[in-house]
Amino acid sequence: MTLKSLRMRTTLSALAIILLTISTFSSLAVGAGQEFPVPPPPFTEGIFPCSNCHASMEVNRKKRELKEEHTKIRMHHAETMRWCLDCHDAKNRDKLRLYNGELVNFTESHRLCGECHGNLYRDWRAGIHGKRTGYFMGTGKRTYLLCAHCHDPHEPKFKLIVPEPPPFRPTDRRNVK
Amino acid sequence: MSNKNYTRREFIRNLSVTALAGLSLPLLSSCSREEAEDFLQKHFLEMTEEEKERVIAKLEQRYLEQYGRKFQISTQEALPETLWGYGLELSRCVGCRRCVYACANENNTSRYARQLHWIRVLRLKRGNLINLEDSEHYYAPETVPEKGFIYLPVQCQHCQNPPCVKACPIHATWQEPDGIVVVDYNWCIGCRYCIAACPYKGRVFNWAEPNLPKDEVNPNVHYLGNRPRMKCAVEKCTFCIQRVRAGRYPACVEACPTGARKFGNLLDPKSEIRYIIERKRVFRLREDLNTESRFYYFFES
Ligand code: HEC
Ligand code: HEC
Ligand code: HEC
Ligand code: HEC
Repeated sequence: MTLKSLRMRTTLSALAIILLTISTFSSLAVGAGQEFPVPPPPFTEGIFPCSNCHASMEVNRKKRELKEEHTKIRMHHAETMRWCLDCHDAKNRDKLRLYNGELVNFTESHRLCGECHGNLYRDWRAGIHGKRTGYFMGTGKRTYLLCAHCHDPHEPKFKLIVPEPPPFRPTDRRNVK
Repeated sequence: MSNKNYTRREFIRNLSVTALAGLSLPLLSSCSREEAEDFLQKHFLEMTEEEKERVIAKLEQRYLEQYGRKFQISTQEALPETLWGYGLELSRCVGCRRCVYACANENNTSRYARQLHWIRVLRLKRGNLINLEDSEHYYAPETVPEKGFIYLPVQCQHCQNPPCVKACPIHATWQEPDGIVVVDYNWCIGCRYCIAACPYKGRVFNWAEPNLPKDEVNPNVHYLGNRPRMKCAVEKCTFCIQRVRAGRYPACVEACPTGARKFGNLLDPKSEIRYIIERKRVFRLREDLNTESRFYYFFES
């Protein structure tokens, strides 16, 4: 075991309570891709494939403030306990990395989130947390929104949004002929 | 169906005799020939397939002239083994009203003079859930959700025991076998008893000819759902009858950015709505009235 993974172990033990739920979901490892059809992940245009840049870059595992690239990314997600490379694979930047080392595509990022958010993941698969769209029945297509469509993985708190306008009051000019 | 349920003209004659006629006068006094022709049309449930086809063809022609679009008017019946139920997770709703406008667009409601909406999003002080009187739906902050408030969207609750259906003197509104409460807009006389009877304010009235701009029309409609209405017709949410009978989520479910809105078949153990009823803390509005609504609000856990 490398020093790095040992360190990760210890830091992650803080999350042990959440992680307890993982075992429940081991059955999901196979075929998750087909089971949960999703729209394309919500990448910034032009950023994927990440390997366009990263394939030729040295891996720098040091936890630090990024100055050259990705400067807009703010970690507010149990950040004291972790670093980018807990989720992003260091060698293959086009993949995400599960706790057990398995690499998954960005179209399956829900599996990563599910490792710590077990209850919500269970609800998500049933279409309850998050959202499914399209056809709920019959042969039409039904897609799942990824967790990342609603939560920025780095700053996952659901953002405030601008509401649509209120209805016209009965006395509103637009409501009277 | 026995004829007895559907004697609309007799009802109106009786009404005028009993001097209550004021209620139905708006319709009769502003009656054009077209309206008169519609008025003589049969109740939807009594039409033969052939009669339905004739009525659909007539309507499609009329909508083409009025809106310049070719409409597809479905009369698809309820699916077997189906009873629709709706779920709404209050702890997720942020009050953004995306549902309100998605509904208006899908369902061809009047846009102005008067604006009609089938969904109202009530804002309540946190911890004040029970007291609906203390709610407001004109809130307009810069962003939502606001601290200290929760949001409670309300629309037709598709009761198993619908007071509106009971109140209608001429059976112009009824419950379909899949639980959807519908209105035959042509049969409706505009007396608005149903509006008074509904404890959820789930129904709205066309005081004037609806104003629906041509370029905002949705031409995929159901006869008992989102087809354009006329002056004096009562209307309301139909769970998007035109979509759900074809297996598609209602427009409000599709539009909700937080995923708070859920829909499914109560008779299907694998449906979203069954999952919710079996695992979440659910409640229905005004359970004390025994309306047995099929609209389940729920909370996390
Ligand atoms: C909790 C796991 C996790 C951590 C920790 C994490 N990321 Fe991510 N990151 C993701 C996921 C999941 C996505 C995919 C989002 C999507 O589907 O668009 C992503 C997307 C990205 C993207 C693409 C963003 C875009 O604009 O489309 C970049 C760049 C990135 N991460 C860099 C980083 C950096 C740098 C760090 C450390 C400061 C980091 N990530 C930490 C999970 C994580
Ligand atoms: C335009 C080139 C470019 C692209 C595209 C790009 N990166 Fe980077 N990335 C960089 C550079 C440069 C750094 C180092 C920044 C620094 O040290 O200030 C970096 C740093 C990172 C880091 C911090 C850890 C490390 O290795 O230094 C992560 C994690 C990361 N990138 C993930 C991603 C992911 C995921 C994607 C694709 C979604 C992506 N990057 C796409 C250029 C890129
Ligand atoms: C290694 C475990 C871990 C993984 C993997 C993980 N999270 Fe979290 N997440 C946490 C912890 C711990 C918290 C609570 C602490 C915090 O909010 O910073 C949290 C909090 C959250 C919150 C609530 C934030 C708030 O402020 O309300 C959301 C939403 C969330 N995570 C979404 C995600 C998504 C989406 C993913 C996948 C991209 C993910 N998480 C992956 C551990 C994890
Ligand atoms: C359709 C959008 C959507 C999707 C998809 C989605 N969420 Fe959420 N999530 C929300 C909203 C809205 C909240 C409530 C936010 C708030 O109260 O501020 C939330 C809250 C959370 C929280 C905070 C705890 C809680 O119960 O409120 C976590 C953790 C979380 N989501 C994780 C996930 C994970 C993991 C996934 C994927 C498996 C996911 N979410 C998918 C919209 C979404």
